[in-house]
Amino acid sequence: MLTLTSPVETPFHRVPAGAKLLALAGVTVLLFSMGDPVMLGLALTGIAALHLVGGLGLLRHGLRMLWPLWPFLAVLLAWHLWTGEVRDGWAIALRLLAAVAAANLVTMTTRLTDMIACAERLAAPLARVGVPPRRVALALALAVRFVPVMADRLAALREAWTARSPRRAGWRIIVPALLGALDDADRVADALRARGGTD
Amino acid sequence: MERSVTHVALFAALVAVLGLVPALTLPGGVPVTAQSLGVMLCGTVLGARRGALAVLLFLGLVALGLPLLSGGRGGLGVFVGPSVGFLIGFPIAAFVAGLVVERWSAPVGVAAAAGAFLGGIVVLYPLGALGWALMLGKSVAEVQVFLLGFLPGDLVKVGLVALVTRALAQMRPGSLLSRG
Repeated sequence: MLTLTSPVETPFHRVPAGAKLLALAGVTVLLFSMGDPVMLGLALTGIAALHLVGGLGLLRHGLRMLWPLWPFLAVLLAWHLWTGEVRDGWAIALRLLAAVAAANLVTMTTRLTDMIACAERLAAPLARVGVPPRRVALALALAVRFVPVMADRLAALREAWTARSPRRAGWRIIVPALLGALDDADRVADALRARGGTD
Repeated sequence: MERSVTHVALFAALVAVLGLVPALTLPGGVPVTAQSLGVMLCGTVLGARRGALAVLLFLGLVALGLPLLSGGRGGLGVFVGPSVGFLIGFPIAAFVAGLVVERWSAPVGVAAAAGAFLGGIVVLYPLGALGWALMLGKSVAEVQVFLLGFLPGDLVKVGLVALVTRALAQMRPGSLLSRG
């Protein structure tokens, strides 16, 4: 499955995931404690410069990941032009962009396997409250595998529907898709039990 | 135990896939992203605890960097974006929806509709608005009007949750862990 990690190797890929997450936490706290639009603009410029260390492609990838924010920024801009507090509007918009861009940079430069390994270490204390990390890892792996299976099943049902009806399938295929998927889940559960269970 | 792990994983995948599917267009041209439909179904079908776990698992996949949120969004960025309130609200919404179906012995369709309404609207909306308010530097009173845009679609989804849950209860009574 496609992940959001940049396929182009950057120097950041070699930094341990834990260090990047810690740095990200620090940067995020710092960003949310700043209120001056000039400082926040400088912070955003700095984060853009970090993207450039990974090359122009990484910067473009980063900009694409920020795109879904535009409706919020448009409303924010209109709001602050209307109330006249333009300075506050800039601070809020720049902070939002910088915080999201910094987090996206970590996501783009950390491989899924590194991220999972780091998450497993972070989740280790959960074992004490009755959530064994191994079961969490198994559930994650199963869900990753179920996503394409489920998508294929929905696509097949939709094709079967459109072959017989001029109308769109819409929600009507959710029930048959779920019935088939539930049978799959039962078979996977049987297979897991046959191989010694989840623990 | 194995069955509950595979069901939780399956419903996490369902939430993901319903977000990847292009918005369903209803008669009248109302576009609906189906992701929150998946969240409510997690609760009404799996029950409170497993439903919330399935949604948490889905959010875990998103945080790890898979583009599974509606619109192909994902990664750590979405957790500091304006929609973070909805993301935090999702597992709570699934829990509430599941709790209603588990505890209220009304016909399953009615209980599922009530659960989906309570979880997916009454509980989720304030949290979503709070997220917007904090992230965009506004008060909840100022942003809550934008929630109205979601209401028609979500009311339709409440109806769909009831239909799907009831259909599952009739066709595979054993699969409805919330009533098991």
